[in-house]
Amino acid sequence: MAKLSLPKPPSGDELKASVQDNVIWRSIFRPGSIYRKGYRDTSRDRALASMNNVLYHLHPVKVKRHGLKLTYTYCLGGMSFFLFVLLTITGIFLMFFYTPAAGAGTELAYLNMRELSASVTFGNLVRNMHRWGAHLMVFTVFLHMARVFYHGAYKAPREFNWVVGVILLLLTLLLSFTGYLLPWDQLALWAVTVGTNMMGYTPVFGDQVQFVLLGGLEIGPATLLRWYVLHVLFIPFVTVVFLAVHFWRIRKDGGISGPL
Amino acid sequence: MSEEVQIDQEVYDRLIAEGKSERIARAKAKAAGVRKAKEASGEKLGPRSAEELAAKAAPAAAAAGGDTGEGGGVATMAPPAAKAGNGNGGGRLSPEERAARVAASLGKGGEAASIGVPAASAHTHRMLALVPPAGIQQVKTEQEDKVYTWPHLLLVEFVALLAMGSFVLLVSFFLDAPLGSLANANEVPAINKAPWYFMGLQELLRYFHPMVAGVTLPGVAIVLLMAAPYVDKNPSAQPENRKTANLAFTFFMVFWGVLVIIGSFIRGAGYEWVWPWVNGLGFVL
Ligand code: HEM
Repeated sequence: MAKLSLPKPPSGDELKASVQDNVIWRSIFRPGSIYRKGYRDTSRDRALASMNNVLYHLHPVKVKRHGLKLTYTYCLGGMSFFLFVLLTITGIFLMFFYTPAAGAGTELAYLNMRELSASVTFGNLVRNMHRWGAHLMVFTVFLHMARVFYHGAYKAPREFNWVVGVILLLLTLLLSFTGYLLPWDQLALWAVTVGTNMMGYTPVFGDQVQFVLLGGLEIGPATLLRWYVLHVLFIPFVTVVFLAVHFWRIRKDGGISGPL
Repeated sequence: MSEEVQIDQEVYDRLIAEGKSERIARAKAKAAGVRKAKEASGEKLGPRSAEELAAKAAPAAAAAGGDTGEGGGVATMAPPAAKAGNGNGGGRLSPEERAARVAASLGKGGEAASIGVPAASAHTHRMLALVPPAGIQQVKTEQEDKVYTWPHLLLVEFVALLAMGSFVLLVSFFLDAPLGSLANANEVPAINKAPWYFMGLQELLRYFHPMVAGVTLPGVAIVLLMAAPYVDKNPSAQPENRKTANLAFTFFMVFWGVLVIIGSFIRGAGYEWVWPWVNGLGFVL
């Protein structure tokens, strides 16, 4: 019997070449990417790798050595950002199971929370992470602000980034507060009542401000829907825009401040 | 990549005899070797030096009215189109073209002064060609002590991410988020509090009219916070040089912290002052 000879399996290098040498791969990795075929360790390709890398829009190629010291930033700004990302991920999961409805007798919002905890796989855990993460984020943002103040890191040329920071602080508080209403339990309803009553005392436009915030004269289903949309869409969107400006300014202002 | 370049032995020997260093002699001899090889293969070579170029351009410049002098530091680079068009070799502007370009940039010949870019040119960056060397500012900064972001910074960030992630996961595993009974607008709970970060405001509400506690004071606080960098004109970041600022901020934070702690832990049913070890903790996160 004639001996059957199997085709030789491709070597590692051949496999790599065939994966890298096609239209799709080339369209994903820009010239200079280390994943692109023909990347060479030359100063030109190295420069392209830095300029074309998406991560280098967040981080420069090199950073000041002292900025690495944990006792300078305590990584508090970074923690705030990680928590924001964590809250986005867990929040999307929660959205799968939540309906912002609170009409009399059909309080789906509350029922969904009960079901989530009782019968959704990991539902309770993810809800806990979202809640504790939110409290923690308010806390880390406060601490980050204090650290920036005590380092005088808001001084020229970073004045404006401090202002952006204050806006981020307010947005963080608003995110947390709008989320507080969503479980539609007694805790949520009355905590939010305390808050929105205060806003009703805004000079001149008090009643109008309160009406717009509540979507009516008192907290009800319209309020829940309104705050839900603000919580999952509008405020996160605005926050992301300000975060982008915040991070961009950190780089343009010459990286992390200091050393003291 | 590495074709072996034959060095021009004659040049090398001459330079060594002239007392040039080994390194310089070798480099020049190598360059001479390359030139020879190119000439042999019929390749056209550009002018070798500024003098050679000037000598070539001088008669033509005279014909153009000697206007070229006004351009200051006009560089002699041409857009690629000129290379193909005028055939004067070397890919450089002809003196006429250069004179015309300078005139245009100075607003002569009736047109408005341009920045030196011919209207038809797609190469706006060529405007640099008209900046006199004296107008270029050289900035020298000292090399800072820097390290590569990868791995040094990214590793720290990754560890921080893992630490924070496992902390939240662990807490969430052992502590359940509260969920009270269904919202009921007709039943005011005995303990009625805002989230902890607003407890400072709720505590103030105890002492001031709601417009002061809920709108004016927080408004002033936010404006002050935003204005801080513009009010604090002290350029120093050293703690010993900014005692006032640090004192003011610490006062602000402690004041706020105390209000939050009172509101959260020492207020109970009906928002009355109670001790948590007597009446229990009236605090829900
Ligand atoms: C959502 C909230 C925020 C996020 C995610 C965030 C993120 C960051 C990050 C990652 C840094 C790099 C240095 C570090 O980690 O400390 C930073 C720096 C900075 N942040 Fe924030 N931040 C937030 C809120 C704030 C607030 C509330 C302020 C002040 C009111 C502020 C002012 C600044 C300033 C001035 C710097 C530059 C500090 C320096 O150069 O040393 N940020 N921020």
